[in-house]
Amino acid sequence: MFSLDLLRDAVVLGVLLGCFYAAVSIGLSISFGLLDVPHVAHPAFLVLASYGVYLCNDQYDIDPLLAGLLISPLFFVLGLVTYRLYYETFERRGSDAAVRGIAFFFGVAFIIEVLIILQFGVDQRSVTASYIGKAWRVGDLRIPIRQLVAFAVALGLTVSLATYLSKTFMGRAIRAVAQDEEGLRLMGANPVRIKQFAFGIATAVLGIAGALLIIVAPVEPTLDRVYIGRTFCVVVMAGLGSITGTLIAAIILGVSESIVLTMFGASWAPAISFALLLGVLAVRPQGLLGR
Amino acid sequence: MQKSSIAFWCGAAVFLIVVLVLTQTIRNEYPFFAGYVILQFVVLAVAWSILGGYAGYVNFGTNAFFGVGVYTAVLLIKAFEAPLGVQIAVAAVIGSLLGFGVGLLTLRMRGIFFSIATIALAIIIETSVTNWRFVGGAAGIQLQRPPVMAPFDTYVKMLFFVQALLVVVAVATTRTIQNSRIGRGLQALRDDELAAECTGVPTLRLKLLACVISGALISAGGAPAAMYLQFANPESAFNLNYSVSVLAMSLIGGTAHWIGPILGAVLLGVTQQLLAVTISSEVNVLVLGIMLVVFVVGAPKGLIGLLRRAPSRTGDRK
Repeated sequence: MFSLDLLRDAVVLGVLLGCFYAAVSIGLSISFGLLDVPHVAHPAFLVLASYGVYLCNDQYDIDPLLAGLLISPLFFVLGLVTYRLYYETFERRGSDAAVRGIAFFFGVAFIIEVLIILQFGVDQRSVTASYIGKAWRVGDLRIPIRQLVAFAVALGLTVSLATYLSKTFMGRAIRAVAQDEEGLRLMGANPVRIKQFAFGIATAVLGIAGALLIIVAPVEPTLDRVYIGRTFCVVVMAGLGSITGTLIAAIILGVSESIVLTMFGASWAPAISFALLLGVLAVRPQGLLGR
Repeated sequence: MQKSSIAFWCGAAVFLIVVLVLTQTIRNEYPFFAGYVILQFVVLAVAWSILGGYAGYVNFGTNAFFGVGVYTAVLLIKAFEAPLGVQIAVAAVIGSLLGFGVGLLTLRMRGIFFSIATIALAIIIETSVTNWRFVGGAAGIQLQRPPVMAPFDTYVKMLFFVQALLVVVAVATTRTIQNSRIGRGLQALRDDELAAECTGVPTLRLKLLACVISGALISAGGAPAAMYLQFANPESAFNLNYSVSVLAMSLIGGTAHWIGPILGAVLLGVTQQLLAVTISSEVNVLVLGIMLVVFVVGAPKGLIGLLRRAPSRTGDRK
């Protein structure tokens, strides 16, 4: 059963998978990590984006990645609206915002799930593109091209977002609002508008992440439930709000899932992200690169 | 206080007698089949609110406790053909142990971290059960109902009565907690954990206790589901819908008083049963989501908050 070759293959595929996980988690790293919004509906938005990409691909034969880019602006607006709603109903009123905020986002996630089911049915959906279905052989290791595409795009997305947050004015403002909201207010800036913008960015990224999700594997309406665990695991393990941490944590998750998949079989895989998450919460709650 | 206790126990007795009479007089089995689900949700919602309502720790692992209850029953039936009473009792014990474990592991976390940790536990337990061949694994397991006991003519009616008994147990427990030092301590730590700790409230011990009681009741409420469905599989026993339904019911009813979760569970439960019969189970989930969002946004204190705001203000807590 155990062999070094198998392990090596699992690690390689795990790293590719991990970068993909980073792409789907990075929005949450901003919305939950930096802005403290308990955004449980993040994976539901992700699946919604995948269905948007599916629609573009199925109806107009648009390349999934391009479709992801095209729906990003829509998701930006969706993010602005969502945050505004969340802010007006919970953050401004204060008391137990967290508890009711989680309930609110769970409600939103369920609504999205059912709307997708009503529109598209419960069947799995997938996209077509020239790079899907082919594989690249390195020695005896077979790497699906779709994984490589997802890996490259995910890596690009993560790096550019990290650069955006650390180099540009607006990016720094977003990090500032996470560190000291009151301080920002005293300097005459409007923290709510910055947070709203940041939430918009976090949601817009989901357009591309959703495209990757449906490129890597077919999607179904209830797929978001698995990704609640994966995305929150990555963000918490990373240390809230750390983009570099997100990449590292996602790769750790990807490699562990891939190894367990190879060694113990697919039926144990869903527990990995959650077990890792619990371990991190118990041992190092501030995450790998905590703020 | 004393008077309201008498009123409560009289009410409970009347409730049980009515249920018993109904099971003896109505011949159609369907009302009990549907009613069972509503009673089950009353148990779950009331039990959930001990930790989620009074202490403010949002447990998303209701499905973990529920599923553990179901699978304790499955295991007991498969291994010893144990009777229903034993299934429920053992499920309660296992549920309390699980509650204790969950509490030890997670109660030092706050807010959403606690919630995520409980989701995590649910998935880990579900995965373990999925990989456990003896209780059916991923495919699930068929169960045979034993012959029904004396006063009831069908098994479903008996389960309906048993679940009604569990409702009384759960509500009585919650009511006792609410009116005792434990309940006041939990409410104190909900409002400000640090301040409560400083004034000498043993916060961790109280939270552990709430977790244990809540877990025991949820598992006990889940145990009869194995016999009710005559089938169990991990995917349905550990379905996240249980967690969100129970959360929604408690928040819709209001968590400040034990009557809140009951109201929420009955309202949402009846709506869901009607919708499942008339339209489809997908719309069911949609209504759940919409009601959850509407109530969380529009009525933060739930139905009892709305009722209390009405001019005829009755006494605070009974």
